Amino acid sequence: MSFFGLSFLRIRAVFIKELIQMRRDRLTFAMMLGVPVMQLLLFGFAINSDPKHLPTAVEVQEQTPVVRTLLNALERSDYYDIILTSDNSTEGYALLASGEVAFVITIPLGFTEKLLAGEQPSLLIEADASDPSASSSALLYANTIVQRAIARELTGPLAHLQAGASPVNVISHARYNPEGISQYNIVPGLLGVILTMTLVMITSMAVTRETEHGTMENLLAMPARPLEVMIGKITPYIGMGAVQTVIILSCAAYLFRVPFAGSLWLLVGGLTVFILANLCIGYTFSTIAKSQMQAMQMTFFFFLPSILLSGFMFPFRGMPNWAQFIGEILPLTHFLRIIRGIMLKGAVFSEMQQEFVALGVFTLVVGIIAMLRYKRTLD
Amino acid sequence: MSEYVIDVRGLVKKFGDKTAVNGVDIQLPKGEVWGFLGPNGSGKTTTIRMICGLLSVTEGEGECLGYNIKTQAELIRRQTGYMTQKFSFWSDLTIRENLEFVARLYQLPKVKQRVDETLAVLGLTDRQRQLAGALSGGWKQRLALAAVTMHNPKLLLLDEPTAGVDPQARREFWDQIHRLANEGLTVLVSTHYMDEAERCDKIAYLAHGNLMTQGTVQDIITESRLITFRAEGPNVRTLAAKLKDRAGVEHAAYFGAALHVSGINRLALEAAIGEFARPEDHWQEVQPNLEDVFISLMSRAGKDARSYL
Repeated sequence: MSFFGLSFLRIRAVFIKELIQMRRDRLTFAMMLGVPVMQLLLFGFAINSDPKHLPTAVEVQEQTPVVRTLLNALERSDYYDIILTSDNSTEGYALLASGEVAFVITIPLGFTEKLLAGEQPSLLIEADASDPSASSSALLYANTIVQRAIARELTGPLAHLQAGASPVNVISHARYNPEGISQYNIVPGLLGVILTMTLVMITSMAVTRETEHGTMENLLAMPARPLEVMIGKITPYIGMGAVQTVIILSCAAYLFRVPFAGSLWLLVGGLTVFILANLCIGYTFSTIAKSQMQAMQMTFFFFLPSILLSGFMFPFRGMPNWAQFIGEILPLTHFLRIIRGIMLKGAVFSEMQQEFVALGVFTLVVGIIAMLRYKRTLD
Repeated sequence: MSEYVIDVRGLVKKFGDKTAVNGVDIQLPKGEVWGFLGPNGSGKTTTIRMICGLLSVTEGEGECLGYNIKTQAELIRRQTGYMTQKFSFWSDLTIRENLEFVARLYQLPKVKQRVDETLAVLGLTDRQRQLAGALSGGWKQRLALAAVTMHNPKLLLLDEPTAGVDPQARREFWDQIHRLANEGLTVLVSTHYMDEAERCDKIAYLAHGNLMTQGTVQDIITESRLITFRAEGPNVRTLAAKLKDRAGVEHAAYFGAALHVSGINRLALEAAIGEFARPEDHWQEVQPNLEDVFISLMSRAGKDARSYL
């Protein structure tokens, strides 16, 4: 059977061959099925642009029924999880800088007294706006939540206070990025994303290329230790990462005018660990992949959750626990906290310590896996 | 160090439930050139890789250059040159860059000078700036030999070094091998070419992972107790297919414009030939050559279980 010289038998022959090859190439097959499922799960369940249960520190200098009602109402709104209550502001601000809380709410001394006197007391909500989308809706509803809670308190003889202007003046301060410029959040994040993408990809192909070209056998037959090969292969890419960093940071400073509040050297430290972490991941992939094509696929598999679950694209706190758990494993998550902390908040090392430790542990563990997986024989 | 450069006993290699090498013993004395023969998939490459520590040993033990092949692979590698079956140098580096890389990896002193010397000895000086990937088969092979001998190894393991190389390049290659052997180097070389086998001091023949025989060319021919008749005549080729299945005929093959028919049992062989005797053919008994012996060894080893993987 044929149409215009096209033979269906030949088309069928090619079709069957492709089908067999597709089935043999397990990784591609897994990608074809895995990627849509992964994206569906991540976009469908993990990503929530209306984050709730945001950790909050409260600085409160009086304990009155009104204040208790107010705090209760904030918690019941589901937007605020009060994890710290203290009577001074230092602790709360430290947590805000390290990113452990998203809000610091201050209820000043004399709040209740002023309220009952109808003097419209003030309540201050300071938000970490380094990621504007993470805190915006909680901030948006803050006024409503507070006014409603107060209204419920003002009953009976106090009902007259409900009339007229709102009984409480809610002042909100968006800290670190008062204008809510999203580039301030995205540009530093992009540095992390670009480093992840390029470094993992390029190192994952480094060893695989040797295997694919048959030069691995030669390398193994010569006296080179695995660690020597690994360090020798990774070092050029550290340099490449450094060049990328300089380009992106220059663009951030001169093109996007992103502020740089913290220490450059602390950032260089964070970058070094982060680059190493990515190179170790890439190297590990290259010991698993059988071809450069597979190495590319693995890179993609790693890259997708990295940008979706790290807090780069969507607010980290908007994700369910399981997604946050996966996110905590990824180096990009910790790097984003470090770079945003340093550039936008001027965070110091003690506030970033946890993230540095997490990155360090990740690098160490993955580095050891890479070393163990690098085979010294062809078995 | 024992008198043998390679002294391995009962080497076994299993991949899953497949046995690739099944109890191979090799005692290769210093300064000799041994040929390693056998059909594709008979375990030659696997054996060579076990000797230089590139593959773990499933069973058996042995020493190479006096070092334990299981535990001292690193020391063996320093003094061994291993030329892989497939060209395994970096095709995106030039000849010089490849040699420099190897020299640095072996921590040779005076890298530049050493590479210059090596290039000169092997006649590669004019081509040193060429990318290795752009070289023809013969030049690639020359580069590989240069690279694996640069660190003055005591043992050379060559895995089908001349596959796909023209006769003149092969001859030059063998001249180099003999020159190196005269300098005291020990060589184990696997090959499919009979003329190359005859250039070796001794031959070891492997089939289905078993060492079938070893010795000099003459030893192997004598030991085989093979009787060969040679026939010349018009269309004598057509008899090969008919004779193959007769009792007493181990193999019948047409080469050198003549038909070779071999077997062990003289009476049965003569009876079979008698059936097909034609007046126009000229039959005579000849000494079997190495190829006759190998083909009969292969058929004795059982069914043709070659794997082309």
